[in-house]
Amino acid sequence: MIKVGVLGLQGAVREHVLSVEACGAEAVVIKRKGQLDEVDGLILPGGESTTMRRLIDKYDFMDSLKEFAQSGKPMFGTCAGLILLANNIIGYDEPHIGVMDVHVERNSFGRQRESFEADLDIAGVAEDFAAVFIRAPHIVEAGENVEILAKHNGRIVAAREGRFLGCSFHPELTDDHRLTGYFVEMIKESKQLIV
Amino acid sequence: MKTGTDRVKRGMAEMQKGGVIMDVVNAEQAKIAEEAGAVAVMALERVPSDIRAAGGVARMADPRIVEEVMGAVSIPVMAKARIGHIVEARLLEAMGADYIDESEVLTPADEEYHLNKRDYTVPFVCGCRDLGEAARRIGEGASMLRTKGEPGTGNIVEAVRHIRKVNAQVRKVVGMNEDELMTEAKLLGAPYELLLEIKSHGRLPVVNFAAGGVATPADAALMMELGADGVFVGSGIFKSENPAKFARAIVEATTHYQDYKLIAELSKELGTPMKGIEISSLAPEARMQERGW
Repeated sequence: MIKVGVLGLQGAVREHVLSVEACGAEAVVIKRKGQLDEVDGLILPGGESTTMRRLIDKYDFMDSLKEFAQSGKPMFGTCAGLILLANNIIGYDEPHIGVMDVHVERNSFGRQRESFEADLDIAGVAEDFAAVFIRAPHIVEAGENVEILAKHNGRIVAAREGRFLGCSFHPELTDDHRLTGYFVEMIKESKQLIV
Repeated sequence: MKTGTDRVKRGMAEMQKGGVIMDVVNAEQAKIAEEAGAVAVMALERVPSDIRAAGGVARMADPRIVEEVMGAVSIPVMAKARIGHIVEARLLEAMGADYIDESEVLTPADEEYHLNKRDYTVPFVCGCRDLGEAARRIGEGASMLRTKGEPGTGNIVEAVRHIRKVNAQVRKVVGMNEDELMTEAKLLGAPYELLLEIKSHGRLPVVNFAAGGVATPADAALMMELGADGVFVGSGIFKSENPAKFARAIVEATTHYQDYKLIAELSKELGTPMKGIEISSLAPEARMQERGW
């Protein structure tokens, strides 16, 4: 069975675990870097990116996450997780993991009262996907190898670059598991490639 | 496109899970909290222990403090409004506070009715001591709960009582037959439909944090062990000797609440925590947890 890790330092971990299980894969909550070897792909959940980064540094996770990214195993970042994957964060000198060729802007739709739900068409994944945006970032600029999967009001809110998948919104907060299912398929394909 | 839906409001609290929300009274404290890894800050004029000491009527903070804190950090900023004070809540919403705490720490403005929190775009957190109170607040539109504990005492005993009570009552509802739920709703003073929802999901429909009396990293870990989704720390941090170190230790103890070696390590030489108050020494009228209905 496909094993999907969910980085469990802070945030909507349980919801991702339920979504992964609904897609017929096994979910593993990752609290220690040694656990990364056990899984075939990794989800970086929504939460507070500042807090997650501090905990990543504290537990010396960063090198292991970068190695994981280089190993060929897929990674999926939602909201704060997208910020962790991006190679450029507007207004900041350094990226976090920095493996996906996108520029992101934090809290780019405004404060909580501006947070919203919208129906999206996600290319090759889902039509009429109810997407929940919470103090969400968006992708301001995407590199040439990045496939843009969805936009909202002209802003890029979901994209894929090879084995990296990122979105501004929270697929884990609804019962629609199509985007998580798409990621599980990405993992299956990558396993075949590695074999 | 829709703002202020249940999913958007409750989802915001879901993103805070496993984290620590810290009380701050100015920009400098807010930055220390953010740097330490807080998932949000609560902007206040005075922390609960100072409210206790000052006495008199405690109101919403000066809007300047809320603005100053919002300008200082990129994590979400919460603020407290008095129970039932429609206008304080509207002001905080208009200013852009990310979450409002309809809080018993402040002097209630209405001794009969809580706010109709469904009316607002901004989400609310409310305190509870048992499932009836929790369910009434959710019924009014609260998107997040916290235990009441006994704020500003540095004594965890009431928060422990409240989280155990709520969780035991949730387990009871989950285990009941559907035909028993209407009577249970009557006994708890809880909306019937909400009990049906709790039974079918096996848990509360919103996030439930611990609050009121968390004074050490071990206190924070204890509340997580008892099933809290995260922790509010009020007076504990900035009333301690070394707030930055103390704040970091509380965050780590919350993340790794079952790693006892780690918690022992980070509890070393934290300096003196805030002085605690024995609950039985508090006159009944001085107990903030009694506020709310």
